[in-house]
Amino acid sequence: MVRAYRPPDFQSALTIMRENRAIPLAGGTDLMVSRRRWSGLSPFFAKPVLFIGHLEEIKRVEIDITNIKIGSACSLASLLEHREIPEVLKIVISQMATPAIRNIGTLGGNICNASPAGDALPVLYAMDASVVLQRKAEIRTLPIEKFITGPGETVLKDDELLTSIIIPKKSYNVGFYRKVGTRQANSLSKLSFQGLARIEEGKISDIRISFGAVAMTVIRSREIEEILIEKSGKEIEKLIPEVSSLYSAVIKPIDDQRSNIRYRKTISLKLLRYFLRTVLISKIG
Amino acid sequence: MKINFILNGKNVWVETDPLKRLLDVLREDFGLTGVKEGCGEGECGTCTVLIHGKIAYSCIIPVGAADHAEIMTIEGYRKTERYKALQDAFAEAGSVQCGFCTPGFVLAAESLLREDARPGETAIREAISGNLCRCTGYNMIVEGIKIASLKGKGLW
Ligand SMILES: Cc1cc2nc3c(=O)[nH]c(=O)nc-3n(C[C@H](O)[C@H](O)[C@H](O)COP(=O)(O)OP(=O)(O)OC[C@H]3O[C@@H](n4cnc5c(N)ncnc54)[C@H](O)[C@@H]3O)c2cc1C
Ligand code: FES
Ligand code: FES
Repeated sequence: MVRAYRPPDFQSALTIMRENRAIPLAGGTDLMVSRRRWSGLSPFFAKPVLFIGHLEEIKRVEIDITNIKIGSACSLASLLEHREIPEVLKIVISQMATPAIRNIGTLGGNICNASPAGDALPVLYAMDASVVLQRKAEIRTLPIEKFITGPGETVLKDDELLTSIIIPKKSYNVGFYRKVGTRQANSLSKLSFQGLARIEEGKISDIRISFGAVAMTVIRSREIEEILIEKSGKEIEKLIPEVSSLYSAVIKPIDDQRSNIRYRKTISLKLLRYFLRTVLISKIG
Repeated sequence: MKINFILNGKNVWVETDPLKRLLDVLREDFGLTGVKEGCGEGECGTCTVLIHGKIAYSCIIPVGAADHAEIMTIEGYRKTERYKALQDAFAEAGSVQCGFCTPGFVLAAESLLREDARPGETAIREAISGNLCRCTGYNMIVEGIKIASLKGKGLW
């Protein structure tokens, strides 16, 4: 049996996917650990593996007037070095794993892994990112929240590859990210909070709030965000209890032993209030 | 699968299972035992190598993914002037006790100094955040890297 393919280009990779339903391996930093056997043995894969980490077509960053398009196989480290990548995304990536993992691990791998603790996800949800999926006969684009359906679950078909991530260009003048984990480096985060906003003339003109690793998938509620639009500092102060209890109702923490349910929820809501009161209101002045 | 790469400056190839860990290929097929296995899952940095000048963990890289890569292990790095500077500095600062972690830290230091010849404390700690040491408590290693960057002036 053929155990692995190393296609010369992206089109050949799609052909191999169609004919073999292979497992794509970009950086392998997730796969090599989850499929690991004891020392000295190659990891175990039930299906052939398709190396995609070297394919130039999916390692590019392209910019146009409205969007930033990031190739799925761009390493996390390469994005930190890229001038056009939004600062809010860089802040998140710089806190992921360690330098050696970031040199190899890819953005596409983090998304396709669909871990509730995937650190790149909350900021991508907040920025309204979409994913471009391609197979031999079809290309489709989906919002990231439609792509990820549960822990480790996506709508990716078995002959399909994620080719790029599209982020609409927007300018935020408030950004706040906190990751609460057991150890600074390398810890898969216990929970994370992402807040982004644009303040214009003393009022909020745009706001996005997302919570990572507290539920089956990232939590973001456009309905609750809507309540805060066009509000001044004073109005937000008054709305904090209401907004906080609305989020409390949508946050349904998963208990996977890394941290108990109540702790996750309490910290998440504390971060929310800190963001609204201390970060946002003080910025509005 | 036949895999070609540049190893410590030489063109080499190996005919092997492409899913074999780069760590095992380096140790078994090339006899490079400076690359060590600690955790085997990307947490400790004892298996660190340089790929295109940047640190990577060879325990979680399948060799097939390293086709055409430029790989440097401590055995290759040992022949450089920069290594000498780091070696002296590590000796001066007492950065080495049992030595098991040392090749990884030396390569992490190289990867840092190549980008930033005069790194501050924070940058040094960030650069070695993926390497564990059970003996020294890190301060002596940070010190060693600082000394290397001062005394090895002009090398990076
Ligand atoms: C020690 C350590 C620390 C870590 N710390 C963190 C952390 O702090 N935060 C965090 O979020 N993650 C962390 N991770 C997890 C991991 O490094 C990241 O999720 C990384 O971004 C995965 O990228 P990759 O390219 O290595 O994925 P791979 O292992 O190559 O792939 C992951 C999954 O995605 C699929 N896939 C990859 N690319 C594509 C594609 N283009 N199309 C379709 N499917 C694809 C693969 O088939 C696989 O199922 C850590 C891992 C380790 C080992
Ligand atoms: S052995 Fe590779 S990081 Fe520990
Ligand atoms: S010197 Fe012993 S582990 Fe670092």
